[in-house]
Amino acid sequence: MCLLQLTSIAKSFGAVRALKGVSFELQAGEVHALLGENGAGKSTLIKVITGAHRADGGTIEVHGRQVASLSPAEARGLGIACIYQQPALFPDLTVAENIGLRLEKFRPFGRVRWRLRRQTASELLRRVGAEIDPDAEVRWLSMPEQQLVEIACALGAGARIVVMDEPTASLTRQEQERLFGVVRGLRADGVGIIYISHRLEEIFALADRVTVLRDGESVGTWRMRKPSASGAGLAEPAVTEAELIQLMVGREVASTYPPAGAKPAKTVLSLRRLGCSSSGIRDVTLDVRSGEIVGLAGLVGAGRTELARIVFGLTPADSGEIELDGERVAIGSPQQAVARGIAYVPEDRRRHGVVLEMPIAHNMTMAVHDRIFPGTWLRPEAERSLAERQIGALGVKASGPDAPGGSLSGGNQQKVSLARWLATQPKLLILDEPTQGVDVGAKSEIHKIIRRLADEGMAVLLISSDLPEVLGMGDRIAVMRGGTVVALFPGGSDAQTVMAAALGHGSVADGTAPVADEEASC
Amino acid sequence: MLKRHFREFSVLGVLLSVLALLGVFAPDFFAPQPLLSRLTAAAPKLVVACGITVVMISRQIDISVGSLFAVCSVVCGLVAAAKVPLPLAVASSIAVGAIGGALNGALVAGLRLPSIVVTLATMVTLREGLRLAQQGVFVDLPDGLQWAGLPMIAGQYLVCGIAMTVLVAMSTVMRHLAIGRAVYAVGSDAEAARLAGIRPRLVTFGVFVLMGALTGLAAVMNVVQSPQVDPNTGKMLELEAIAAAVVGGVAVSGGRGNLGGVLVGFLLLACITPALTYIGVKPYWDKAIQGAVILLAVVADGLRNRKNGR
Repeated sequence: MCLLQLTSIAKSFGAVRALKGVSFELQAGEVHALLGENGAGKSTLIKVITGAHRADGGTIEVHGRQVASLSPAEARGLGIACIYQQPALFPDLTVAENIGLRLEKFRPFGRVRWRLRRQTASELLRRVGAEIDPDAEVRWLSMPEQQLVEIACALGAGARIVVMDEPTASLTRQEQERLFGVVRGLRADGVGIIYISHRLEEIFALADRVTVLRDGESVGTWRMRKPSASGAGLAEPAVTEAELIQLMVGREVASTYPPAGAKPAKTVLSLRRLGCSSSGIRDVTLDVRSGEIVGLAGLVGAGRTELARIVFGLTPADSGEIELDGERVAIGSPQQAVARGIAYVPEDRRRHGVVLEMPIAHNMTMAVHDRIFPGTWLRPEAERSLAERQIGALGVKASGPDAPGGSLSGGNQQKVSLARWLATQPKLLILDEPTQGVDVGAKSEIHKIIRRLADEGMAVLLISSDLPEVLGMGDRIAVMRGGTVVALFPGGSDAQTVMAAALGHGSVADGTAPVADEEASC
Repeated sequence: MLKRHFREFSVLGVLLSVLALLGVFAPDFFAPQPLLSRLTAAAPKLVVACGITVVMISRQIDISVGSLFAVCSVVCGLVAAAKVPLPLAVASSIAVGAIGGALNGALVAGLRLPSIVVTLATMVTLREGLRLAQQGVFVDLPDGLQWAGLPMIAGQYLVCGIAMTVLVAMSTVMRHLAIGRAVYAVGSDAEAARLAGIRPRLVTFGVFVLMGALTGLAAVMNVVQSPQVDPNTGKMLELEAIAAAVVGGVAVSGGRGNLGGVLVGFLLLACITPALTYIGVKPYWDKAIQGAVILLAVVADGLRNRKNGR
């Protein structure tokens, strides 16, 4: 029985087309994996299914009936439940209270039937095989326990469609196995499960079918090799790991990126077995040379931003060494990092890159007060001329230096954030997701600026979840996984190889995967 | 200029209309001597309002200033009564204020406690501590202290002059020094400021110390106006100072506002009651009218922010 049928779903955010006509189908009693790179549109699709976003186009059929629009409450009413990576429970309430809040009808002056509430909770927890005290406060539960409570809520609500968004990201092996058991139990009961994960081995262990998303489009749906009793009658062809990786990255043409210019010169930044246990970084060894862009690829949570924060002095390292220009240094604070010629343009510019209330001129001079105002006084003319020069050089589209940062578009805010750091005349520039949420035109302008800076002799470390960007811009590509650099590739490497390294499939990266043999054996 | 400071100019417009009304219906209001006396009595509050403005721009609040003001007044009085030269009495009051501010700052910046709770605690503790120590006894001041030994008019000009000097100095610091810019940056977005190499916790600490020192100075400016120190002085002072800042366009959410606006807001709140009294409203309405002005300012801000889509 078909539980959910999405046809040509489209969704745009401003100029960004997150979903360009995705179709997807979920049967009762199947685990259907959803796979794709960062930014391929998985989260948006999930939000359309759970009613958090409203699709711009396409149709949604639930249990064979078309629904015109879907609000979160309607989605819940139709038996759709979502289990997020971070459980959304109330930490100060007990397990039974949390379950009660989700399941009981809200009656403002109704009496709370505590015993019934606790009984329901125990019953549901037993069904998911969890040994959790219904009277325990949720804040004391471990992450997997909280997930089980979420699943219990979904069961209690009679959910027939359960979405699981990277449920194993923070689980240990054993906890994973237990979770898989619960998922298989749900499947046996005829629940349809949409399962999102970056871990291919999980998908092969658990899923019946897989749909691959790429750039907001559905590349296709495949049957997993393992024949599954419940998945019988599904007509799609089977697929292998290597094929999946290739399907995820596709074939990108990198010709739109500015070509590499100057030959890299001396090493500026050198990390030697750098580690920081609190942020999960270990054993990172990496060089960045003057005139070179090193692209840092990896999946969300691989530790790229954490590494940048260590180099910029925001998180102290607890092992290994950092060398700048061949000299061993300790960077204990952003002030020291700035003084040593390091600049960090952070991720999430809306929150921390640009101060929205401040005029862009003030934003641009924020990191260099002591340098451009050597005396006591701020010099408004010096500030204005610096701002106007940067506005011209970077092509910032704004009404003038006095325009507040919040009035600019995303791409232009990013340029202001960049200008602030260029004012410090850094030797090493760390860019964290510089083109996230930026429209195509501004994106290519930012790429040109970055390349020009490298050509002028700056060492650039470019963190990006946009794989084609890393490949197109990077003179070398370092891949991070599990808090460390696992592989280094030359510029222009193909996406498939890099993706395989990021996913942790070394054998594929070596190109030695016996694809044909595996095909034959099934 | 007009567009960026629309908020300040609109309050100025209201103030000027109130003054114009007074000029037409109650020209007595502008008689020099009572006007100077009124301004002198209000001058210490303006100094405290300057401090609270900086605190609010840095996205903090300090409601302990009234109690600290009383403690500083009593300390200043006791030191002066011990026949210590006047400059030392002034210095001791400012020092005690700065120490009190440093205590607040250390708790807020050091332990990252919310400033409303910290200063609520210090407000009560200082006030009650003073009550126990002083038992409500007024401190008699030596003869030479009132008006710093000057004739009354000169003393009044001196007090008003100090208040204006503080206002101009603080305004200059906030507009033209890097440290002032840092306060705005921290109040707008502390994490962005930190990433830009500013040290938000140091800035926060410094702002509280400044607040305390200004409170100590304001206490002296108040003490010299009378022959005795009332240990119950300074009640509601924090609210009056915050009200002046809010009416003058300082955002409670930090990062926005300037001292010119606060001066205008302060004068408006100071004038509105006499103005209404002159046109026949009973003086009992004083607080209610002030409250209405504050409410009006806040509602106007809320509507404007909503229109701007923030």
